[in-house]
Amino acid sequence: MDKVTLGHAIRNSWRWLILAIVGLYLLLPIVSMADFSTRAGIDGGRTLDAWRAIPSAPGLIDSVIVSLQLAVLAVIGILVLLVPTMIWVYIRIPKLRRTLEVLCLLPLAIPAIVLVVGIAPLYRSLSQVFGSSPLSLAFVYVILTFPFAYRAIDGSLRSVDVHTLSEAARTLGASWPRTILGVVIPNIKTGILGACVISIALVLGEFTIASLLNYETMQVVINLLGKREGTISVAVSLAALVFAFVLLVMIPTSRNNSKQAEVNS
Amino acid sequence: MSDHVTEQAVELKNLRRSFGSVLALNDFSLDIAPGELVALLGPSGCGKTTALRALAGLQDLDSGNIIVKGKDITNLRASKRGMGMVFQAYSLFPHMTALENVQYGLRMQSVSKTQRQSRGMEMLELVGLTEQSQRYPHQMSGGQQQRVALARALAIAPAVLLLDEPLSALDAKVRSQLRDEIRRIQLEVGTTTLFVTHDQEEALGIADRVGVMESGQLEQIAAPAALYEQPASAFVAEFVGQTSPMLCEVINGRAHMLGCTVPTLPGSVQTGPAIALLRPENISLVHDPAATARVISSSFLGSLCRVIVELPDGTLVTAQMGSELVGSFAPGNTVSFRVSDQPVFAKPI
Repeated sequence: MDKVTLGHAIRNSWRWLILAIVGLYLLLPIVSMADFSTRAGIDGGRTLDAWRAIPSAPGLIDSVIVSLQLAVLAVIGILVLLVPTMIWVYIRIPKLRRTLEVLCLLPLAIPAIVLVVGIAPLYRSLSQVFGSSPLSLAFVYVILTFPFAYRAIDGSLRSVDVHTLSEAARTLGASWPRTILGVVIPNIKTGILGACVISIALVLGEFTIASLLNYETMQVVINLLGKREGTISVAVSLAALVFAFVLLVMIPTSRNNSKQAEVNS
Repeated sequence: MSDHVTEQAVELKNLRRSFGSVLALNDFSLDIAPGELVALLGPSGCGKTTALRALAGLQDLDSGNIIVKGKDITNLRASKRGMGMVFQAYSLFPHMTALENVQYGLRMQSVSKTQRQSRGMEMLELVGLTEQSQRYPHQMSGGQQQRVALARALAIAPAVLLLDEPLSALDAKVRSQLRDEIRRIQLEVGTTTLFVTHDQEEALGIADRVGVMESGQLEQIAAPAALYEQPASAFVAEFVGQTSPMLCEVINGRAHMLGCTVPTLPGSVQTGPAIALLRPENISLVHDPAATARVISSSFLGSLCRVIVELPDGTLVTAQMGSELVGSFAPGNTVSFRVSDQPVFAKPI
């Protein structure tokens, strides 16, 4: 084996070693959760009792439905508020880009507890208008998802020359709505999809704010369950984790599919 | 409506536009006849792109009027103007095939699918890209993308075709080919065209008339040959083509320098000391061991060669001649030269 080949082999070994360590670090808790949630007891053996008990766990299904509804509302908030605003600022008022970025990233800099202290009085007023529905959490969740959604959409907007594309569309007779819907959005759909998936994952995993505002979302109920039925709690957590993981995997898959479609055509 | 209005396809009247303290268009006026290709030429920041964008409806104006085919469109939205535009940057919609891109403007006009299909293919045939009709922009070269952009702009039968430095992102060979192709297509289709460029070779090679701009104003507009041979100002003489500045004495409209006398162009200094702007092809060199001018360098340019000569006072003069003479003027040779009797522009010192 010559020196160059030996060097390659050593570098490859290092890469695999690092990958194995990172993989182990990430997989170990998941495997442990799967192990714990399928244990029959301290005597050993395997059972799916904890998984079967999920539908009958008190309040769990309702809280999952609430969390999913919140995730959908957060996604709608992103699509209705953030996407058009970002596109408009990028095309029409680019000098406001920095301001918009700072505003969108602001929630990252504010700890959840501080956020709750700030918005608690507001939520008292909101509850008088909208009742005490946990869905009112959507207002704060939309804000919480802004930093992550902004980054995903920003990356897509930077990767295409939306300014020139929109001008080309307008000179060809497209109105502003048709320009945005027919030209800009199809070219940043990967970013929008990424923003939606990250928002769903974030909402499904959020615990602090819901707990402090006394709303029963999935994470809050999992926490309560964990105090009574540890195995069911871990089974639900694992299921939620797998769901979020599948969603995250969907982003590159959808991008690859669209590229493949282009090549095939 | 006056006859003058109906004669012109485009009239830009006293356009003014400022960006902060910078006046991009300063009472800019331009008329374009139907079917004519006018090129706006000028250095960066002279306002040529602003003028084109104002005509497209992509740039608001502080004042002035834009009239196309006798109709005032100053306040009309870009989407309602019916202009076809090819941009400097690649502007094809990445998620659409070449054919879908060409059909886009027709779709906005609610043209039927069958008509869109046939018109789209007709336009792609015009630019020689029928075989690439199902390709996406990322599967095409830069030159092909700009040709599709041209087909897309022409598909809507635009009132005016606007070309905003469409060749500047391409390499030299493709640029030259596409320039000729644009001219061929423009003549074939007969669309009134405004072409903006900072490349004088492009402008002179493609346009019926070339307008030279500086500081938001039109310095001169004329046919390419007239612009080159009879520049109306020192800026035009220096910006279009190459010149060598040489001290001279103007007496009664004739410039005297280095033992030669040549007529001066209108707008030049009429009497007194001045700087004559000499074209390289108007200077001829002769070997002369007794002369004091010395060859600095000679360059082979295909059919031509260019020789740079230094005078005893340090002035550099560029001469141009047939490339068969490139070997005759080696660096270090001493030469005498004469200036041909072509009129020159003489600017004040």
